[in-house]
Amino acid sequence: MLRRTEIAVSKVCKTAAFHDANRRQISVAFPRMMTTLAQGRTIAAACPLQRRFWRSSVVGGLLESRSGLRGLPESQRPRGLHAATEPLPTMVLDALNAIVGADKVSTGLAVREQHARDESYHADSDGIFPPHAVVFPSSTEQVAEIVKLCAQNDIAIVPSGACTSLEGHLAALKGGVSVNMRDMKEVLEVNASDMDCRVQAGVTRIQLNEFIRDTGLFFPVDPGADASFGGMASTRASGTNAVRYGTMRDNVLGITAVLADGSIVRTGGRARKSSTGYDLTRLLIGSEGTLGIITEVTIRLHGQPEAISSAVCEFESLHGAVDATIAIIQCGIPVARVELLDSATCDAVNKYSKMNLAVVPTLFFEFHGSSSAVAEQAQQVGDLVAEFGGSGFKWSASPEERSQLWKARHDAYYASIALRPGCKGMPTDACVPISRLADCILETEKDLKETGLVGPMLGHVGDGNFHMCLAIDVADKHEVQMAKDFGARLARRAISMGGTCSGEHGVGYGKLPFLDEEHGPVAVQMMRSIKSALDPKGLLNPGKMGS
Amino acid sequence: WPSLLFDLYPPPPQAKRMRALVAVKRVVDYAVKIRVKGDKSGVETAGVKMSMNPFCEIAVEEAVRLKEKKVVEEIVAVSIGPKQSADTLRTALAMGADRAVHINHDGILQPLAVAKLLKAVVDKESPDVVFVGKQAIDDDANQTGQMLAGLLGWPQGTFCSKLEIADKKATVEREVDGGIETVSMGLPAVITADLRLNDPRYATLPNIMKAKK
Repeated sequence: MLRRTEIAVSKVCKTAAFHDANRRQISVAFPRMMTTLAQGRTIAAACPLQRRFWRSSVVGGLLESRSGLRGLPESQRPRGLHAATEPLPTMVLDALNAIVGADKVSTGLAVREQHARDESYHADSDGIFPPHAVVFPSSTEQVAEIVKLCAQNDIAIVPSGACTSLEGHLAALKGGVSVNMRDMKEVLEVNASDMDCRVQAGVTRIQLNEFIRDTGLFFPVDPGADASFGGMASTRASGTNAVRYGTMRDNVLGITAVLADGSIVRTGGRARKSSTGYDLTRLLIGSEGTLGIITEVTIRLHGQPEAISSAVCEFESLHGAVDATIAIIQCGIPVARVELLDSATCDAVNKYSKMNLAVVPTLFFEFHGSSSAVAEQAQQVGDLVAEFGGSGFKWSASPEERSQLWKARHDAYYASIALRPGCKGMPTDACVPISRLADCILETEKDLKETGLVGPMLGHVGDGNFHMCLAIDVADKHEVQMAKDFGARLARRAISMGGTCSGEHGVGYGKLPFLDEEHGPVAVQMMRSIKSALDPKGLLNPGKMGS
Repeated sequence: WPSLLFDLYPPPPQAKRMRALVAVKRVVDYAVKIRVKGDKSGVETAGVKMSMNPFCEIAVEEAVRLKEKKVVEEIVAVSIGPKQSADTLRTALAMGADRAVHINHDGILQPLAVAKLLKAVVDKESPDVVFVGKQAIDDDANQTGQMLAGLLGWPQGTFCSKLEIADKKATVEREVDGGIETVSMGLPAVITADLRLNDPRYATLPNIMKAKK
């Protein structure tokens, strides 16, 4: 049946002009094909014979799920989701108004598009996939009611938080209702003696750190954006001090989530360790809204370090910088942050943040601990870097200088885009074992030079993770394609070196094609089984992982 | 003959034993959305997060930095408020203050009353410099520091964004409407802290535990 569909659509595609009439005819004949189209897109763009569309894997994912359904008897096959091109039934909108209040439901195009856009290039190059409506619930119970309503009416659900994801996570590929956690931003409880706290999913990391500043505790995971906890948990986010404090995977103790049938689950617990049951918390962390909607997160906090100092060191070569980092980690020095900026990034940062860094590969360090521990760590690192071509080891202990240093590093993304005004950023996110990091970076930089793109490099060397912030002119289709091909080559390179195509940013739909390569067909099939067990109708964030 | 020796080998000058007094106020936390009470009699404070006034944090931080530079030897923190103000004082102790004085009072106090109470504390503690925040974020009065200086007859360096203390003199850069004004005054003096004076440190767990004792 697949073959016939392809041939039929290709015949239709070959006619010269397309009007809405044609589109409606095709939508009657091929309803499932139409669910891949957002409003305003042409059929030619959606034709499965176009290579670009295969690569985006939206159709790939759809067709996969269709072939899996062939085994089910007709009566049990899911009816399929409400089409993105059909407006929501009035009854559903009225019911949503009844659940959260009319002022918390928005069907305005601007709001819908805003919640379908994240901070990535996907919306600009592939088009926006807006949901039918955006709702702003204020409690877990309201979220459960919304999910039950959508389940009854086969409407897709896309959860969203601060909308700062980086791989098109928010694109409502099948329309539906976007459930935004903006109004669920209460810190529910802080337990200073157990060093944990429970927050609603819309609380952002900066908000929490300000709230607990007088307890002597802090939450260490700091991705570039002021992301919400729901978003950070569902993408397994990481930050600059993961090398010492871990990522979301290590800092979430439990989750309250709403499942696809509207039931509410509380996973995990406040005990520091437990050997009971499947690890549902870890299953939900990184599930990107495909297994459940996260409404509350219980988080582990850490003590504010007594003393903090930062250091900068210049290197003659990238290899020297990476080898120095490997040596530092192997010596067991508990460095809190190790960031690598290459020459292009130092140049961009100088121009953007008005700093005076030398334009060579540079390592930024930060040390946490008691005053004596910090001094000792710095001494050891200062001695080590000299062996690897490091020079100009500069210190900073005053808070103003330190925060200026780190602000420059966090602004590196904007500094990279500022190199080519009018361009959008396309960050890559490869993560490999540290021993392969230098080779990976050097091969990637060689590849980058050949393509002629602008892409300063920024790395969390301590985790073997690096980002190339490509500055792309989104209007130039050829350049966008070159950048995507470069990203695909980098993803494959990282996977072939025993690493992952995304260390921090997640899969969304941008990295979906690489899931099979990285994990293998058996693991991906396991993910699909879990997804179909927890969400048989495919309501939650459809078209993404697990589909 | 001994006096001749004194002239040839004068004794080293006495080390300056400067004491700083920092006044802090417990206010509704700056990140909280303020709500008016149902009966419109005031702002809702029950169950709402309270913390040290941000400008008072900056004042405490400046005193602690002077102590680290060995310009000041002892820091005394003082707060006037209900019994929960003791928590605010503990935060000041955790940041680096040595002693804390709590004047227990329930209800709202006007700046003049606060200034008179602080004058009584000053008379008792004899500090060489008094730090206060430029204003409290609940009333935005911006009066207490100035009134205290007036009652004491001391010079005042208000809206301080940079402070240097040397030889019993303070050089203060003040943020005024037209830009930055630099004034110089003899100690003792009253300094009110503005936003850009410093970035206050976070209290760490070990210091909080010490402060609890």
